Amino acid sequence: MATPDRVSYWNKTKSLMFVMLGLWVFFGYVIHMFVEQLNTIVIFGFPLGFYMAAQGSLIAFVVMLFWFARRQNAIDEEHGVHED
Amino acid sequence: MANTTSTTAGGGDFTSNLGRIYGIYTGGFIAFIILMAILSAMGVENVVIGYLFMGFTIVIYAVIGVLSRTMHVGEYYVAGRRVPALYNGMATGADWMSAASFIGMAGSLYLLGYDGLGFVLGWTGGYVLVAILVAPYLRKFGAYTVPDFLSARYGGNLARFIGVIVLFSCSFTYVVAQIFGTGLISARFLGIDFNVAVYVGLAGILVCSMLGGMRAVTWTQVAQYIVLIIAYLIPVIWMSTVKTGVPIPQLMQGQALANITALETAQGITVHHVTPFVHGGYDAKNYFLLILCLMVGTASLPHVLMRYFTTPSVREARVSVAWSLLFIFILYFTAPAYAAFAKWTMLDLVASGLTPENIAEKAGWMMRWAAADNTLVQICGKAATDTAAIVAACAEKGVTALSFADINLNADMIVLATPEMAGMPYVISGLVAAGGLAAALSTADGLLLAIANALSHDIYYKMIDQNAPTSRRLIVSRILLVMVAVLAAYVASTKPSDILSMVSWAFSLAAGGLFPALVLGVWWKRANSAGAVAGMIAGFGITIFYLVMTQYGADFDKATPNMELWWGVKNISSAAFGLPVGFAVMIIVSLLTRAPSRAMQDFIEEIRVPRGKQMMEEKTA
Repeated sequence: MATPDRVSYWNKTKSLMFVMLGLWVFFGYVIHMFVEQLNTIVIFGFPLGFYMAAQGSLIAFVVMLFWFARRQNAIDEEHGVHED
Repeated sequence: MANTTSTTAGGGDFTSNLGRIYGIYTGGFIAFIILMAILSAMGVENVVIGYLFMGFTIVIYAVIGVLSRTMHVGEYYVAGRRVPALYNGMATGADWMSAASFIGMAGSLYLLGYDGLGFVLGWTGGYVLVAILVAPYLRKFGAYTVPDFLSARYGGNLARFIGVIVLFSCSFTYVVAQIFGTGLISARFLGIDFNVAVYVGLAGILVCSMLGGMRAVTWTQVAQYIVLIIAYLIPVIWMSTVKTGVPIPQLMQGQALANITALETAQGITVHHVTPFVHGGYDAKNYFLLILCLMVGTASLPHVLMRYFTTPSVREARVSVAWSLLFIFILYFTAPAYAAFAKWTMLDLVASGLTPENIAEKAGWMMRWAAADNTLVQICGKAATDTAAIVAACAEKGVTALSFADINLNADMIVLATPEMAGMPYVISGLVAAGGLAAALSTADGLLLAIANALSHDIYYKMIDQNAPTSRRLIVSRILLVMVAVLAAYVASTKPSDILSMVSWAFSLAAGGLFPALVLGVWWKRANSAGAVAGMIAGFGITIFYLVMTQYGADFDKATPNMELWWGVKNISSAAFGLPVGFAVMIIVSLLTRAPSRAMQDFIEEIRVPRGKQMMEEKTA
């Protein structure tokens, strides 16, 4: 069961998970803690802090998920555990 | 059984032609909107247009439901596990976007400004957790329901039973909000009494989910997504074009925000739309806790997770989460623009010189909404049913010229009323009503199915009668579905709270009750049965205790004061307490008791890799 290849597979899967979790914390929380500072920057009428909560973080989440699906699939294939 | 060869009711042909079928469907729907516009221009009455919009769309959903009816267990519970990633994403989008997203959210953004964005963030970011922590692993396991997984992982029916209780509590709260939403729409656009309207909405919900289970619900939800997204985008594109000349509301929102700030300053409003942490009691603490509870709740809600049981593979399940979020994103990044353009329109209206005498002429729509339900529009603190009522209420308060603050619009009506507010033709109102209905129906279908499946599959089949034949299980499921639905409609008719709060409670209940057991079940081999059971009871117990005690009090008497908030945390973020307690109890109890068996550890190893047959095989006979 816990063959060396399986262990390395799970380690890579885990690191990818933690990278995603880190990005999630950043776009979900950290950046919005600086909303007042960001709001002093105004682009196209958008205060930047408001923009990040209304659109910026959302775009980041979507891009992250497509990237994750590709990345995890590459890990699966590399370790020969993908589905046929 | 995953790759069942039986093609029931044209299954194979249907899945290979999906693009063409839904393309024709979308074209047909647009043609229908144009036809309604022509009828309206020819002088057909508004209420008739309203009936046609809602009647036509419900008939379409019912036809899809009837065409996909099934008596096959795999089709009924998981749509035969043949739904391609993109379409599953679309169906999840409709499953996900409920009356709260469609009707409630932009209204809350209108009232709460920046602080309402907590809902936008919370209801999108949670999909990251779904994709990385939960969905692919549950798909590999091959469950029919979420309690199925709990039972297999935590060995036995106790974990399953607690899972069913949590599932029932959160899904039921959620479905009540949806039926409330359909009632609100029917009351306004069909002119029926609210108490009757909730049962009318219910009939529409039942047609789809009753006949074909997950399969019918899947294909209906794809159709409903198309209706709701068109209905959501058209009014806001319209407003953007009229106000700025550019039909891209998401981009022109910046200009709207700048105008809102200028108008607010001119009218002496000091709490600005874009200022963070000042509206409706959302300080920074409550804002971030709400985001957390909604995100974690997303990754725990059974009706969402079970959508990923329908994909053909683990790989497709992951891609499908990404598609889901993309389809959801289209509505969510439009909602703040919707709110901004509506607020700009209202501030302009006030700036044009509103008095209690001329408001009926300048904004007659307010009176029509007040007539549908007297809590929806209040001017000078009283229901704005007609000029006489407004003049009387304002005279009492000494108001001669109306300010923005004198007009109190209910969050749940703003999206539905925006077409009238911005002076669009009535056909757009009808379209928005059909969209709101699609959003509420699609989510209610998914929720009722989750509840009925848990009761019939987990309680009846797995716990009461293991020898029950397929046909009896499916009939039991349908009977339970109707009973739960009627009960939910009754609760909705008592108007327990507003849509957004009810939905947020459901998220907290799911997060506090299920998240630790689901995540640790996959990611921590040491988690054992005793830990999971204790963790679920503690997490769910604290969450529901805080929720009930602060909202209704121990005696359910509105007159007596309820329990004080703990550290000022609003009860829509109840899982702020349930989640850490659930995790802590589960970890401590697991460590204090015996480690899971070798066989169980191997089982977890198997769940973690996509290759190999799914873990749970189901007898279908």
